[in-house]
Amino acid sequence: MTDIPATDDAVLRVTDLRTHFPVRSRGVFPKTIGQVKAVDGVSLSVAPGETLGLVGESGCGKSTTGRTVLRLIAPTSGTIELDGTDITRMSAKQLVPLRRKAQMIFQDPYNALNPRHTVGTIIGAPFEVQSVSPPGGVRAAVQDLMARVGLNPEHYNRYPSEFSGGQRQRIGIARAVALRPKIIVCDEPVSALDVSIQAQIMNLLKDLQDDFGVAYLFVAHDLSVVRQISHRVAVMYLGHIVELAPRDSLYSKPLHPYTHALLSAVPLPDPRAQANREQIRLSGDLPSPINPPSGCVFHTRCFRAEDRCKAEVPELRELLPGHTVACHFPMFDLEVGTVIRGPQGEVSELDAPEVRPPSEVIADVVESGGLARATGVDYVTGPDATPPD
Amino acid sequence: MTSASAPFLSVQDLSVTFPTEDGRVQAVDGVSFSVERGKTLAVVGESGSGKSVTAQAIMGLLDRRLSSVTGHAWLEGRDLVAMDDDEVRRERGSRMAMIFQDPMSSLHPFYRIGAQLSEAVLVHQKVSKQAAREQALEMLNRVGIPDPRTRIDNYPHQLSGGMRQRVMIAMALINSPALLIADEPTTALDVTVQAQILELIGNLQQEYDTAVIMITHDLGIVADIADDVAVMYGGRIVESGSVDDIFYRPQMPYTLGLLASVPRLDQVRAERLDPIPGNPPSPISLPPGCVFQPRCAYSDRVADHACEGVRPELVDIGGGHAVRCHLDGGQRLAIATDVLDALAGSGA
Ligand SMILES: Nc1ncnc2c1ncn2[C@@H]1O[C@H](COP(=O)(O)OP(=O)(O)OP(=O)(O)O)[C@@H](O)[C@H]1O
Ligand SMILES: Nc1ncnc2c1ncn2[C@@H]1O[C@H](COP(=O)(O)OP(=O)(O)O)[C@@H](O)[C@H]1O
Ligand code: SF4
Ligand code: SF4
Ligand SMILES: [Mg+2]
Ligand SMILES: [Mg+2]
Repeated sequence: MTDIPATDDAVLRVTDLRTHFPVRSRGVFPKTIGQVKAVDGVSLSVAPGETLGLVGESGCGKSTTGRTVLRLIAPTSGTIELDGTDITRMSAKQLVPLRRKAQMIFQDPYNALNPRHTVGTIIGAPFEVQSVSPPGGVRAAVQDLMARVGLNPEHYNRYPSEFSGGQRQRIGIARAVALRPKIIVCDEPVSALDVSIQAQIMNLLKDLQDDFGVAYLFVAHDLSVVRQISHRVAVMYLGHIVELAPRDSLYSKPLHPYTHALLSAVPLPDPRAQANREQIRLSGDLPSPINPPSGCVFHTRCFRAEDRCKAEVPELRELLPGHTVACHFPMFDLEVGTVIRGPQGEVSELDAPEVRPPSEVIADVVESGGLARATGVDYVTGPDATPPD
Repeated sequence: MTSASAPFLSVQDLSVTFPTEDGRVQAVDGVSFSVERGKTLAVVGESGSGKSVTAQAIMGLLDRRLSSVTGHAWLEGRDLVAMDDDEVRRERGSRMAMIFQDPMSSLHPFYRIGAQLSEAVLVHQKVSKQAAREQALEMLNRVGIPDPRTRIDNYPHQLSGGMRQRVMIAMALINSPALLIADEPTTALDVTVQAQILELIGNLQQEYDTAVIMITHDLGIVADIADDVAVMYGGRIVESGSVDDIFYRPQMPYTLGLLASVPRLDQVRAERLDPIPGNPPSPISLPPGCVFQPRCAYSDRVADHACEGVRPELVDIGGGHAVRCHLDGGQRLAIATDVLDALAGSGA
């Protein structure tokens, strides 16, 4: 697969996007007592026909980003340009024609479809809404679409409940591609599906991209799925993009400690390879996005954190071609899973004079038997640990 | 360690049916396997393949009025299937325990976690309340709950998802059960938390010499922790063996299809994955012959349409590796070689 560079004709360009949700006190006169900083300064662009994967742990702001760029949620600040048009402040009415260009596919094929509508009505809805009359009529267009996504066109009059999870996802996809959008935000489109069905749907998404040149913002927590389908990948943590890179660069040379930790936590479906992997154990949970840590938001869980990380916000810097990372002490020298080395590991080959020598970290880790202890950080219990409501 | 002769847990010809309005659901059909103490058996398969029902049948969690269970589950010589409800309840929580995907299925929302853990101790051990609370505290510490003295008085909703999962594990393991069944215990968790939880289960397993049955659909987890693997499809075990048998010497077309379907973190497969076509069968109308036949690309290599009409048996092909398929050994080997070569070749 070729890496598609971010060009000026991006179908989607997002600059310093913030989406904050107010937290209100309870009582008769609720007051705003804080903000959930779900998305906190995200910049990204998606080129025509490109897939940008967006990964990160639950609650890091992936879905909120996806929904905000489609203006399904109002942004707090920043700009969103869709196919060259600034849609950040557009009214609902102004947005209607632009909805042809951007569509969404959801995770849950069970709830995303109206159970009382036939498949034909569901897939045909975009034509209706946009008052588009396809040549040959809506029914023929819908049946074409059904065939295209691997559904039996004769099932035009059936209801969603008569279809399996994978088939319902195909219905959602047919609806999304009906008007040949330029970009589709896919929010965990295969997470609820079995592996064999997952593979079918990923192939379908690829085929549609090849045929129509549609771009995807592909939100998922499964790093293997994202690797398979993406051209570039952005890693999110607590409302921030901490690393963004061409696919292969990200997976073979991850620079951010968080990316390392995420990648090393995924077990490989290969017993021998898995047995030989070392893993970074992140301690604790995500801190609360209401009260994110100072400086680098990852510093409470980072095994490379230093004083500077608490004080200074790291800027996104391009350190390899197209590969940007927000970290004061990026991990140039390490391969995934090689951070923790046994006593006779390749520690001596590492050279990173300006950072805390990895060998020191490693020595700590080896000695104490755990990163948590090596860094003095353990199960960070922020305000998040108390009940939300 | 128990002595060699009879396996610690031996499940034999276990079948479960549910009479429903739409017809008889054959959820589990003649499942047999065994697990030794200190070992992990992974049960892998797609949703609806009968993994959870198998576990529930062993644990005596199925309502006998709404289901029919046949076969045996010998736990150190005593048949769990034949036990009455009271007997099997006594076993559960003491000699055997289960953890679920959703921790709230075993935690009561209105009681402090300490009270719930102590209660689990008091039901099965003759100790003072004070001693039970000490055990609860100790267990919370063991599962890595930070600041357990404070946390012990929390309600479940005051904990994060990962912490709740730990508390549920503490609950399951507080009476040091000899058998632990974990049904997709990390499916709802982030990979980072999943890694912590799997490590925790592994450590406790070593400490207590526990036999673990890990139910999962994630081949990565299987590769990570299993000693043995049973692949389920349509209520039946279609292939079983050591973890190396299943990953490096798979023989059944469904297992091969599964391996070819998973995207890999450590390589990019060909542009397109090679999925199994079609959908899993309905448990109400399972195909009469091989349950995988409607999706199998190789059934035409078997004479006389046997795949469509004749139910294949699970046959041991040597060294505990068993395969349920009509293809002969040479055919299976040729197919497996092709598929595995294609997989190896497609890696970047
Ligand atoms: N409408 C809302 N009001 C208040 N907070 C919200 C709202 N929607 C999302 N959040 C919060 O914003 C943060 C980001 O949520 P988001 O749904 O974007 O996460 P995500 O990365 O998609 O997670 P997941 O992987 O679980 O889907 C979370 O802390 C969430 O609780
Ligand atoms: N209580 C029940 N009544 C009827 N059918 C059931 C019941 N429980 C499970 N089943 C069916 O039995 C089959 C196996 O289910 P299950 O063991 O839960 O699958 P999984 O492998 O996903 O855990 C499924 O088709 C399911 O719908
Ligand atoms: S800036 Fe510091 S705390 Fe943040 S990821 Fe880099 S090393 Fe870790
Ligand atoms: S028995 Fe026949 S249908 Fe079943 S897996 Fe073997 S070849 Fe395929
Ligand atoms: Mg989400
Ligand atoms: Mg299940």
